[in-house]
Amino acid sequence: MIERVRNWLDARLGLGTIYATVLDRKVPKVNWSFTLGSATLFLVVMQGVTGIFLTAYYVPHPDQAYDSINYIMNEVAFGWLIRGIHHWGATLMIVTVVLHMLRTFFYAAYKYPRELTWVTGVLLLLITLGMGFTGYLLPWNQRSYWATTVGTNITETVPFVGDFVNRALRGGEELSTLTLSRFFSAHIWMLPAALIGILGIHLYLVVRLGISHVPEKDE
Amino acid sequence: MGEESHEHGINRRSFVTGVIGVLGGIISAIVGLPAIGYLISPALKRESADEWVPLGWVDDIPEGEPTLFSFTRTKQVGWERTAFSYGVYVVRKADGELDVFSNVCTHVGCRVSWDEDIAEYVCPCHDGHFARDGAIISGPVPRPLDQYEYRVEEDGRLMIHLQEG
Repeated sequence: MIERVRNWLDARLGLGTIYATVLDRKVPKVNWSFTLGSATLFLVVMQGVTGIFLTAYYVPHPDQAYDSINYIMNEVAFGWLIRGIHHWGATLMIVTVVLHMLRTFFYAAYKYPRELTWVTGVLLLLITLGMGFTGYLLPWNQRSYWATTVGTNITETVPFVGDFVNRALRGGEELSTLTLSRFFSAHIWMLPAALIGILGIHLYLVVRLGISHVPEKDE
Repeated sequence: MGEESHEHGINRRSFVTGVIGVLGGIISAIVGLPAIGYLISPALKRESADEWVPLGWVDDIPEGEPTLFSFTRTKQVGWERTAFSYGVYVVRKADGELDVFSNVCTHVGCRVSWDEDIAEYVCPCHDGHFARDGAIISGPVPRPLDQYEYRVEEDGRLMIHLQEG
């Protein structure tokens, strides 16, 4: 019965081909460091899922952001778990992304024909850092407020446009409800949308080109 | 590699597939089951009210004419104290007794209001009509207007019994 359902679906969706192409790829003999990309992908999915759940209670408004997170942590069943996964997943993701990049760099896996995988990877790194930067403000506690004050002020050091960049990030002169709103918007819509698009290209290239082998001594 | 079978009857490929399936199931359960509790958590908290609310002086209520009283009750909802407003129509009958109606329509909870011209309570949402005594006249309404239990204090204050939850 299961077999017949599977065949019926496969004849129409071509699931077998997708499985064979995406998961049954031939891979060279590699080591554990080659799992860092998959680990990052897993963390991205976890961040997405827990982030979506957090928006069920979180309110991006200066009067309520802190209280709503307090409510998640102390009143909502398993709120501490959902936010905890999101909080620590974010930190862990920076670690895996950087290690993933270092592995690619030191194994010279960015060379032909994988230059675009590297370029999209760099964009994904920047988006990940952007997610961390914007997410950090959302609890609207003392730490996040002053971290964002400092973080946005740093852009002032850019010659000529620094002041404008700072104002554009903050949505004005000071950190305000506008800053919180636009950071929230960037955190849950703009950056994730960009991330999904570029991640799609990144993964397509991994499937299309396959992964590189560990370099030999004479390479 | 991979497809050679062992004497135990399970090859490496199906073992790894099984382990991935089990681990994936465990991880999904660890996140998925709490997530259900997380989402329905506020629905599991029942707030109840059982108090007598003063409406006004019973002598001020004209005979036969529905008079609207409103009051608010503040409740802690989530991380905020929220004010909820209540509307009550009081009708003093010829025999001196009172009808105390909730202005919540019995259909799907919109607020009815007394229309002087046709002498009926009208619900704006689905055109439900109620008579002066709360009885159904027309519309999709399932039952007459709900009434509050009331008492009149010695000093003439009208109190109604607010029960919720």
